[in-house]
Amino acid sequence: MAQVIFAIVLLTAIGIFAYHVRLLSRTIRLGRPYMPSDSPLRRWLRMLRVAVFQQRMMDKPVAALAHWVIYVGFFVINLEVAEIILDGLAGTHRVLAPYLGVFYDAMTVAAEIFMALVFVAAVIFLWRRNVLKVPRFHTAEMRGWPPLDANIILWTEIGLVVALFVMNAADQLLQARQVGPYLSAGTFPISRWLMPFFSGLSDDTLIVIERAAWWAHILGILAFLNYIPFSKHLHIFLAFPNTYYAREEPVGKLDSLPQVTAIVRESLGLANGTSVEADGTLGAKDVTDLSWKSLLDAYTCTECGRCTAVCPANITGKKLSPRKILMDTRDRLEEIKRTLYRTGKWEPDGKALLGDYITPEEIWACTTCGACVRACPVLINPLAIILALRQYMTMEAAQAPETLNVLFVNLENNGSPWALPAADRANWAQSLLSA
Amino acid sequence: MPGRLLSAWAAAGEKPEVLYWVGCAASFDDRAQRVARAFVRLLEAAGIRWGILGTEESCTGDPAKRAGNDFLFQTLALQNIQLLKSYEIKTIVATCPHCFNTLKNEYPALGGDFEVWHHTQYLYKLIAEGRLRLPADGHLKGRLVYHDPCYLGRGNGEYEAPRRLLRYTGMELQEPPRHRDFALCCGAGGAQMFKEPEPGRKDINIERTEELLALQPQRIAVGCPFCMTMITDGVKHAGKYDSVRVQDIAELLAERLGLL
Repeated sequence: MAQVIFAIVLLTAIGIFAYHVRLLSRTIRLGRPYMPSDSPLRRWLRMLRVAVFQQRMMDKPVAALAHWVIYVGFFVINLEVAEIILDGLAGTHRVLAPYLGVFYDAMTVAAEIFMALVFVAAVIFLWRRNVLKVPRFHTAEMRGWPPLDANIILWTEIGLVVALFVMNAADQLLQARQVGPYLSAGTFPISRWLMPFFSGLSDDTLIVIERAAWWAHILGILAFLNYIPFSKHLHIFLAFPNTYYAREEPVGKLDSLPQVTAIVRESLGLANGTSVEADGTLGAKDVTDLSWKSLLDAYTCTECGRCTAVCPANITGKKLSPRKILMDTRDRLEEIKRTLYRTGKWEPDGKALLGDYITPEEIWACTTCGACVRACPVLINPLAIILALRQYMTMEAAQAPETLNVLFVNLENNGSPWALPAADRANWAQSLLSA
Repeated sequence: MPGRLLSAWAAAGEKPEVLYWVGCAASFDDRAQRVARAFVRLLEAAGIRWGILGTEESCTGDPAKRAGNDFLFQTLALQNIQLLKSYEIKTIVATCPHCFNTLKNEYPALGGDFEVWHHTQYLYKLIAEGRLRLPADGHLKGRLVYHDPCYLGRGNGEYEAPRRLLRYTGMELQEPPRHRDFALCCGAGGAQMFKEPEPGRKDINIERTEELLALQPQRIAVGCPFCMTMITDGVKHAGKYDSVRVQDIAELLAERLGLL
């Protein structure tokens, strides 16, 4: 009976998760075409360096170490989760123990040590966020859901660790008493210290505690799995494709719009025979005008705020926050995703990223200095979104700030940002030039 | 003298070794013009045959692109590329990191492939090749802080060439807390130079200049004409204009070589 319930719960949880992953994928693919120009080998190496080995996390060593512990702990504990799933389906208890022998002891020791480290790391993160109040976690966009999301993730991790320790402690007592299926299996260097708290309990009570903790652990994991698509925690999956598909080019390089090139070439009499085609909106008004990589960026963002902490505009009190640009993009995408969920297809709803989520004041505060691009540990590019919104405002809506319109007129008339004649360009060098 | 307009080089049936892309700032701004003259003196000291486009030069299009006007950017870029190709230009050096970045990174996709140098890279190369010689004496004294320009440093990964040149001056080189990859912008990039700042607590150049001045330097070195304007304004704002000099790396090197 327990096996049937387990199988139903497991398949349902995986099914719901798979459904939401597909919905997420459909939403991201609403973006415009994009492909990095480098070779697959370079992309794999970049993913290995930046996502697997977390190179850029090292910019902040304390956070890097605590993050690394939780990251490795996630992989180590998955071995135990695999066994829990096998046991749940087969109705066995610690099914891997006889097959793995001494390796089983190594696995349980590693799992317990890492679980203890994860516990400490999660407490450090909670402390930094809620007690030390590291400033980047408390900027304007970090109100309501974002900090709650972060705390839910950390408390869930702590809860899962505690469930595992309770389960192992009860298991060890039952093993010592040689009760039922609880045969000697595994070595538990941490949870053994919890045994005294349970030693006065009867066998039956211990079995209830062990089973309850076992179920709490696996149900917690399955619930967490289905929480992730709606959480900033998506980065644990999306950091890998996001670094793979990232563009590894100088931060200073901004792409030219190819549909503009065709028109400009024709107007300059440089057309090479290919016809000019009007190809949708210039720049971006809504998320569907952005490249799918920018949309993947938005879902990959875990709201750490390193971008905002180095943004010169944000530091000096302007409204621009690169993190908010990503969070707004994701919020808008979630709105579209909900429509996809309800109706199966996306029809414009009269709202847009620019205006309803991001204000012109924000995007015009950017100096394009690239600090946000450099700061992101998972190669998100906030500047690509900011530039696309500026392109829409300038070229489609003709709503660039008035001073910039003066700049454009000067560039058109004089080839210079100032209203100064090209004839004066070499005046500075007059005494230095030969004929 | 080995400097001519490109049209004059062409009329003489010759070509310069390098095109100096002057940029709008050094063409029109008094302060940046002094940097251009210092740089040209260094080129001449190294015996480089140099040329400028003079009245034929236009903005590279950097501020238009970053203000979202890709039509204007590409129009300027394609015209410049045609001009550069008509003179068969191979090598370009720019004293402005914005021009440098645009020419180097954004022109190739529009058909303009040139070998592009920032003047600090080019000057370092000339010293490394022995074409520009540092005299045994003439070291400068005092403390110096270097401000990384975004489009040279973070934008193109060039941190060493400017620092090596600055060490040659003999001054004590100090780094502000935010430097190299995490250097703070002066506030001028992304066409901000040509618009009013958005509302905020503080201007970016004031924030940056305070950080630089906290190291109590006698001089602040920059490698960009827009940083020059922003940091100079910041120094004036702090009431330090008489005691702290903001100078381009080319000016410091020219002074070290006794050319100023």
